[in-house]
Parts: sequence; C-alpha cells; structure tokens
Amino acid sequence: MTDSPYEHHEYDVLIIGAGGAGLRAAIEAGQRGLKVGIVTKSLLGKAHTVMAEGGMAAAMGNVYPEDNWKVHFRDTMRGGKYLNNYRMAELHAKEAPDRVWELEQWGALFDRTVDGKILQRDFGGHRYARLAHVGDRTGLELIRTLQQKVVSMGTDVFMECKVLKLIHDDGGRIAGCVGYWRATGEFVTFQAKTVILATGGSGKSWKITSNSWEGTGDGHAMALWAGANLIDMECVQFHPTGMVWPLSVRGLLVTEGVRGDGGVLRNSLGERFMFNYVAEMFRAETADTEEEADKWYDDHTAGRRPPELLPRDEVARAINTEVKAGRGTPHGGVYLDIATRRSAEFIRRRLPSMYHQFMELAGVDITREAMEIGPTCHYIMGGVQVDADSQETVVPGLFAAGEVGGGMHGANRLGGNSLSDLVVFGRRAGIGAAEYIEAGAFATSMDQGAVETAVKEALAPFDRSEGESPYDIQHDLQEMMQTNVGIIRNAAELDEATTKLDEFTERVKHVAVKGGRAYNPGWNLATDLPAMISLSKAVTRGAILRKESRGGHTREDFPNPDAKLGTINFAQHTDGGNWDSPVNVVESPLLVMPDELKALLEEDH
Amino acid sequence: MAEVTLRVWRGDSTGGDFENYTLEQNEGEVVLDVIHRIQATAAPDLACRWNCKAGKCGSCSVEINGKPRLMCMTRMDTLPEGPVTVTPMKTFPIIRDLVTDVSFNYVQAAKVPALMPPPMPEGGYRMFQEDVERGQEFRKCIECFMCQDVCHVIRDHDDNKQHYAGPRFFIRYAELEMHPLDQNDRRDLIREDMGLGYCNITKCCTEVCPEHIKITDNAIIPLKERIVDAHYDPVAWLGRKIRRKTKTSAVDAAVQPAP
Repeated sequence: MTDSPYEHHEYDVLIIGAGGAGLRAAIEAGQRGLKVGIVTKSLLGKAHTVMAEGGMAAAMGNVYPEDNWKVHFRDTMRGGKYLNNYRMAELHAKEAPDRVWELEQWGALFDRTVDGKILQRDFGGHRYARLAHVGDRTGLELIRTLQQKVVSMGTDVFMECKVLKLIHDDGGRIAGCVGYWRATGEFVTFQAKTVILATGGSGKSWKITSNSWEGTGDGHAMALWAGANLIDMECVQFHPTGMVWPLSVRGLLVTEGVRGDGGVLRNSLGERFMFNYVAEMFRAETADTEEEADKWYDDHTAGRRPPELLPRDEVARAINTEVKAGRGTPHGGVYLDIATRRSAEFIRRRLPSMYHQFMELAGVDITREAMEIGPTCHYIMGGVQVDADSQETVVPGLFAAGEVGGGMHGANRLGGNSLSDLVVFGRRAGIGAAEYIEAGAFATSMDQGAVETAVKEALAPFDRSEGESPYDIQHDLQEMMQTNVGIIRNAAELDEATTKLDEFTERVKHVAVKGGRAYNPGWNLATDLPAMISLSKAVTRGAILRKESRGGHTREDFPNPDAKLGTINFAQHTDGGNWDSPVNVVESPLLVMPDELKALLEEDH
Repeated sequence: MAEVTLRVWRGDSTGGDFENYTLEQNEGEVVLDVIHRIQATAAPDLACRWNCKAGKCGSCSVEINGKPRLMCMTRMDTLPEGPVTVTPMKTFPIIRDLVTDVSFNYVQAAKVPALMPPPMPEGGYRMFQEDVERGQEFRKCIECFMCQDVCHVIRDHDDNKQHYAGPRFFIRYAELEMHPLDQNDRRDLIREDMGLGYCNITKCCTEVCPEHIKITDNAIIPLKERIVDAHYDPVAWLGRKIRRKTKTSAVDAAVQPAP
C-alpha cells in the first residue's frame, strides 16, 4: 500500500474514461477476474459515445450477403487513404460482427430486418449497407448497454473525477494517476498495475465542433507527457454536416444517416453539387448522374453510389468550396434536403432525433424544409501509438483504446467505424492489460514527487490574485485553431498558429480562478487548458510536417498526396514529462502489409 | 438591444439564495447558452452540469420557472416575458448551485437484475421489429432523472427513497420484462422492494419526459397489471410454486458465462 496524503485507491486495471471503449475494456478485464476501477469526468452514461447517431459498422451481411470482413477492411483502408495501421483495420473488420452480437446478449435492441436479423444501414464510404443501428440514437444504445453490463458486474466507477496526470514508478512503468473530485475539489490518487486510456477526443480546441466540454484531449496529452508517442495528429475529421443556425447550436451534429437514407446536398442554386467533386480514386464506384444515384438506394446493384456518400473528408471539402465560391445558404452552409425525397413518416421513423433537434432548436421541420448545414470538427484520427493486437503503448503498463488511440482510421475515419472501434479495441485493451499483469512485471509504487508537482500546478491558479480568466484563453484558442488549423491549411497560417500557441502557453501560466474548489467550472476549465494546448500544438506540428493533402489533412499549398509521405506516420514524443516540455518528431514507417491483404485493396468487390 | 434576466439559485447544502444576471439577448439561444455566458463573465464559478448540449445525454436537468427542463433544449424565446428562474432539481440533495447529487439513481440502477437471454444461436438472435419496439421506446431514456425529480412519491417524501425505484427504473423494469429474450423474473422484486404500488399514476413523469416516453401508460400500468396477475391469480401462483421459478439477483445474472 502506497502511503498517500490524499484519498487513495488501488486497482489491477484503472480505466480513464467511461465511454464505449472504457466500458468495454472494464467488462473484459472484470470477466478475467481483475479488480477494475473506472474514472470519468462526468456522470456514468453521459460520455460522448452517447452522441453517436448513425450506427456501428460490422460486416454481418444481414442486408447484403455479399458483404464480409474483406470488403470492410478494403473500405476502411481506402477511406483512411492508406495511412491506417493495417493490422488494426484488419482486426476491426474481422471482429466487429461478434462485438455487435455480444451487445445484443447484454440487452441492446437494434432495429430489425423483416426476417428478424439486425438491420444494417448505408453510410459514406461503406460499399454495402453495414451499420447496425437503432434509429439515429445508436450511441445511446451502445453506452446504455455497456453501462448496464458494467453496473451488473459491480465494477467501481468514480464519477465526476478529473485525472490530471499519469504517474510512473521509479522504473518508468505506469503506476497510476492523480486527479480531483469535481464535487469537492479534493485530490485523489489511484495506484494501478495497468492504466487504460479511453478518454475520447479533442474537438474542444476548435470553435465549431460537435464535441461536448469533455473533448479536451486529456488522454492524448497525458499519454504524451508520460512518454508515449502520438501519431497522425494532423488528421482531424471535420464532419460535413453540422448545424449552422442558430449560432448557439453551430456545430451540432447532423447524422450521416440523413444521406444514407436518401438525403442530398444542394447549393443555393439548387444544384446537387457533389457530382462535381468525385475524386479519381472513387470515380469508378460513384454514379455519374442523379438518375443512376437514385436507383442505388433501393438496389445497390442497379447503379453506382451517390456522391453524397463519399467519405467525410471529400464531402466536407466540397461543402467548404461551394460556400467559399458564394453558393452557400444565408447562414454560410449548404442545404441538406431529405424533405423532398422521402415521406414525412419515413423521416420521423428513421431519423427521430434529427427531427426533434431541428424542430426544437432551429424551428425547422425537416419533413418539409431543407436543413442548413456545414462542416464541424468532429473526430481526431490521430492518437496514441499502440500495438494493434494489445493496444499497449511504448510505456510499460499504459494502454489506449478508442478515439484516443491512433492508427485504426488512418487519415480519415469512415462513419460507423468509431462505435465498432470502441468495442473491438476496448476489449483488446482489456485482454492486453490482463496479459501484462499476468507477466508480472508491473509497478508497485508511485512517484510521490510527481503527484505533488501535479497537485501544486493544479492549485496555482487560486494563488494568483491578478491573472487571466480561463474562459478568455479557451475562447481565443478556439478562434485561433478554427482560423489557422481548420479544414484547409497552409504554411503561413500554421506558422502563425505555432507562434500563437507559444503565447497561449505563457497565458496559461498566468491563469487565475475565482471561488472555491468545490464544483468550480472555472477551475475545472483551468485544469483542462494544459491538455488543450498540448493537443493543439501536436495537431499544428503534424500539419506543418505533412506537406501533402491526405484525408482529414488538407494543405492548399500542397494539394496532392505525396507517395513517400503516404508510407510514414509522424510520431511525436517528449522526454520532458511536463505539458510545456519540448516535443520531438520522428518519421515512423507504416507497418508493411502482407501480400494477401494488399491484394484485397486492389480487388474489385 | 433586448435583454434577458436569469434568476439563478446559488448556494450549497448549507443554504443559498437567488442571484440575478442580466445579459444581452441573442437570437435562438437556449437557457444553457445564457448560463455559459454568465460563467464566461460575471460568475466563472457558477456550477452546472452539461455535456452534449443537444438533448441526448440528459446532464443539464434543472427546474426552469419551477418545472423540470433540460437547459440545452429550452429556448429562451419560448419562455414568458420577464426574469427566468433557474433552480436545481428539488428531489436530490444539493452539491452546489445547479448541481445536485443524483447518486440515488445509480444506487437503484445497481439493484436491477440483468437481462438473462438464452444462448445465442449461430448468426445471432432473431427478433422482430414489432417485438423490439416496445423496449426501444424505454431505451430512448437519456437518464435526465427529471421523471424522478417530479415524482411526488420521493419529491415530497425523502424517506420513500429507501423502498421506491421511481419512474426511470419502472421503465427499465418494464423494458426487461417485455424483452423478447429475457428469462429472468423480477416481478416479486418490483412489487416487494421497488415500491411500484406507491405510484398512483398521476402521470407527472410522462409530462416532463424530454424523450416523450409514455412512462405511465406504456410502462407503469402494464407492469402493475403484470404483477397483479402474477401475485393474485391463484393459477399463476400455483404455477410459480411448481416451477419454483425464483428471481435472480444482478450478481447471479452477471456471472453467467460471458456470451
């Protein structure tokens, strides 16, 4: 037992984050007899997984028997512009169906086909209807199912507890973490043989985002500070369809299911403009005319895919171009129209949350009018570099799964591949942690000096009578990242971002907060800022180095992909251990794909 | 420029009072937007819960002008003229300002015996849309706990929390009881320990549900009928004795071989 001046807990496996990946990891480790604790910044069941709408991709072949893991693997790699960790894409495609069926054994109720199987829906970049779903609230179903399973197992869950920093032992192994209770502001330490990061994403560094307050990149940053590598950080997904009006809901997600179910994009001239934006690599499988595209919805063999269902990076760039060319809507978006294409009854049944969301927040009836939409920062493909099979990082005892992990999605994630990623790799991280413990070389003590440093740093904003508000810094950071490191990038703006981020680093060192420690959102935000800055720097650094355009990373000064850059990840690493320590970048070659998998990419399925 | 005034309860478990905040009015804003603007300016330590800001996570439940509402889904322009009063949910203990201790609900969740399905056949279970739809209605629940907040059984009588699960968990029990695959029997538990009988179907829960789940009509009343049938029907009683079907605890259900 470590002697700690704070509330102290000890676990075999400590999981940070209670979204889909964290909960699935907890189930796996718990079923293997390990003592598991879960720490979450929010209440259980509120994690960002709940926001996922359209579905989870798994080649079960319930709607199109032609579908199988090989096609799913191919779609994922092509969608990721071949920057993926092929092994993760392979495991994901092979294991996703079992993970969906398993959810059903734990109580999930997916929508059904007429013969009683799990219904699957179309989504961008997937060759066949592949997404298991529940209307447009699939994420809620996923998190509730996993949450109920975890609760029935009696797993310890520490809610509204913010983790500040990972702690090592004196041998450089992961030994636990330090954090504080939001309700009281009191500190708490967790000692663990293994830590699984399942902290999700980082969209809160941008102004227009679909992410909640929690998406501050905590796990990415803590992994970096702890000595792990971050890869592909320049690859950020801007979802093509976020709400643009009213301003207060700008960025709120509009599911890709709208397009999967027949919705189309039009500019202010009424043109279905996506036909003008079909990249060479997708031309052979994309319809040339509206007539051909419309046949496809009913029968995928009668015509090729509508261009509205190209991968997200392609669609988001096209919308951006239309708006810049002056063909946007009054509020700076384009139109997403399902009203003229499907019956009101169909829309309300298939897209109930979207109907509700537009009706209540924008006063728009989507069964009668088109939606105004535009790109919104949604997901980060980049993340902690892990071993594909075990999810272990280069730091002994540290694992990462879900959005915080890197490699699975390459340069661009396909819709529906995130929910399946969470459960496939959440489970694998649970197994990986169990095997690490089994091997016996885990940490048994925590570096108390590092705990004290983290506590002191967290409390410093209270000691400053004069200083800046954390809200002002967050606001300015979001504006800056939106302007300089957004959907289309160039060298000058990225260099400016680098300079500004150094200024932000200084400003964070002078942040001051008012009030006490108990449930103080100003202080909570102040303790999120170091991660937000580290994350923003990593994205900017990666974006400067990747002098090409690929997937979720677009450089107007390097508009084409570069063959050599397509074979490497930029891996970012620091030995300094602090949030403002200098970061090195090395070129990390992609894993070499075996020939039989390479052949799948070429095959015409 | 038009203005809005929010009258926000500030304090903790030891007491508190209302504070008025007057700000510019912005088009299309919801109550949560105004709270966020107050945090960014006049009161950076104003405590409130929120996550998705899209009506999907159920975190930002409070009482607006005395009625349970999600702050993220309540547009300012739908509220009557004049100051808008924002208070924490009354049924749960205060932590600070608009944040309450909702752990009662997590205690109740832990008491629910899990789903117990038969082994899965090759290629997955077969269930039909009309059969899963009943449960799907209840699974829309975003756990905002506003039905729990408004339920007078616990709102007005705190001691009832010892033996009353509340509307959120009645829909959970109804969902499991109506689940096409479930083989568990929770009827005695619901009657004896979960206090279903305390509900006298005033439908307050249904009225506040942001997901428009028909809690009373589709969950509570059918559940009451099912339990009455099971408990007081002598044939059913005899059948139960003969088959010796007993309820299974959550822990028993959870340690079934991992499917």
